[in-house]
Amino acid sequence: MNDTTTGRTERADVAIVGAGPAGLAAAVAAAESGAAVVLVDAAAQPGGQFWRHRPEGIVQERDGRGHHGWKTYLDLRARFDAGRERGQITYLPGLQVWMAEKDDAGFTLRTTPTVAGPVGGPAVAARRLILSPGGYDRQLPVPGWDLPGVMAAGGIQAFLKGNGSLPGRRFVIAGTGPFLLPVAAGIAEAGGQVVAVLESSSPAAWLPHLGAAAGVPEKALEGAEYAAVFARHRIPYRTRNVVTEVLGSGSRGSSRVTAVRSAKVDAKGKVRPGTERGYADVDVVGFGWGFTPQMELPLSLGAETRLDADGSLVGVVNERQESSVPGLFLAGEVTGVGGAKLAVLEGLAAGAAAAVRDDAARAAPGLHAMARHRRFAEAMHRAHPVPAGWQEWLTPATVVCRCEEVTAGQITEAREMLEARDARTIKSFTRAGMGWCQGRVCGFAAACLGQGPAAPPSAESLSSAARRPLAAPVGIGELAALEPSDS
Amino acid sequence: MSTKAQRGAGGPAAAEQPGSPQETVTISFDGRPLTAAPGQSIGSALVAQGIVAWRSTRKGARPRGLFCGIGICFDCLLTVDGATNQRACLVEVCEGMQIEGSCTPDDGSRA
Repeated sequence: MNDTTTGRTERADVAIVGAGPAGLAAAVAAAESGAAVVLVDAAAQPGGQFWRHRPEGIVQERDGRGHHGWKTYLDLRARFDAGRERGQITYLPGLQVWMAEKDDAGFTLRTTPTVAGPVGGPAVAARRLILSPGGYDRQLPVPGWDLPGVMAAGGIQAFLKGNGSLPGRRFVIAGTGPFLLPVAAGIAEAGGQVVAVLESSSPAAWLPHLGAAAGVPEKALEGAEYAAVFARHRIPYRTRNVVTEVLGSGSRGSSRVTAVRSAKVDAKGKVRPGTERGYADVDVVGFGWGFTPQMELPLSLGAETRLDADGSLVGVVNERQESSVPGLFLAGEVTGVGGAKLAVLEGLAAGAAAAVRDDAARAAPGLHAMARHRRFAEAMHRAHPVPAGWQEWLTPATVVCRCEEVTAGQITEAREMLEARDARTIKSFTRAGMGWCQGRVCGFAAACLGQGPAAPPSAESLSSAARRPLAAPVGIGELAALEPSDS
Repeated sequence: MSTKAQRGAGGPAAAEQPGSPQETVTISFDGRPLTAAPGQSIGSALVAQGIVAWRSTRKGARPRGLFCGIGICFDCLLTVDGATNQRACLVEVCEGMQIEGSCTPDDGSRA
């Protein structure tokens, strides 16, 4: 990156954001269809969150232990590297896109280094754009969740995959959804102790969806694999259970997680009195309530959105993965959280479609497989909802916005006294979502609290939470450099 | 996995051999030398030493360390070789790196 300057522009037929399962697949498909591709990714090496691995210069992970679909990754990676060698794929790692613009010629991306360096990132210009930015763990606040030692479930997995070590000794993993299983299994296989996995939903919630599950038999195999790991390590898996409070010791700077309180809940997520119990000697708590797709770039370009079955705001696409904005394609979690296999299929379809010059409707590959995976994902979302009663687990003093330290009491007061119902109004009254993360972590919860306990947040409210003037923090210098337009 | 990268015996002598893979790197945290494995994130190097918080919040002076682990939440910010607001979960350690946190452990003297 020595020659990188803020003034440089990389040009291509197709620009891709993200090098996870969807982005890698899209790059490979577009390049193999003859397009010149530029791929921008925030990480230092390809793989995204799903295939995050140790730094390749230090450890080669050939066997893919602890990874799923590693053979698919190796295949896509080999084709990706081949595309780079042919000069068809320009790979720009370590860069975050902080702004995307569209004009008649296509799309322009402004980038900034993920890790501070002496120089800024180049601009990227392309006729077509594929956004596959992925997602991150959705969070619900609970008393004590801002103590050091509380992490996103996916953050624990990322720590393990990226460093080959664990962030603690004794773990409680809680929330909802099948993702809690690989997180807990990974911890146990790496030598950590999983004190309990607390799943708010019930196994019976799957019964109405068995048909959809049967359409994706490999998921059943994966489930059996985790069941074996849970049995081998004696991991208690407690359904209809939630963490009601995380406890810490030490004051101020030295405080950290030491214990967890839990309770059983009914189907609505209401705590059943008398079922409370404690887990002592816990040093890491991992929370995951499904995932939130990274919607700021699709929203900033005006892509049409909808509410998915899991309550997430996602982009609307056609059979070729094209959004409502001509030339803008979406692949992976931004079209609906559905896992890596679906993301790869969507990436392949988007890459092939974006590479084609005339839009003569060509049937996208893998449509049937995609439909099967989407049905499964929808069943998963319906079986693992965010419990309606979660707001009752909070006290008025519970921090909701970790950045600006806005409490649940302040948000409900803004709702009751000031009629602040949507995430944007709550933000302007309370500063919830105005800090460093720009509401990525608290946006869903703040939108729920604004709506009140009776109903989930609307697409409009989530959209107002996910609209960010800048998609990544940038320096004043990078903003100033925009003024004398270089186009 | 890589016992070679994780063994903590190396020391500065091993780190100075040009061209050979380093067994450990030495970094400093708030002026204190720490040993880390090459390729580790700063966050992982600190947590491995029992340091779980390195920033205090502005209002409540609440301690913060790793949370999302993937660069989304900005809870784990610290200063790396003079560059402020770097994410500990994303930056890899390297030999001689100087890291500063803004978290003051409570010794009873803070208001």
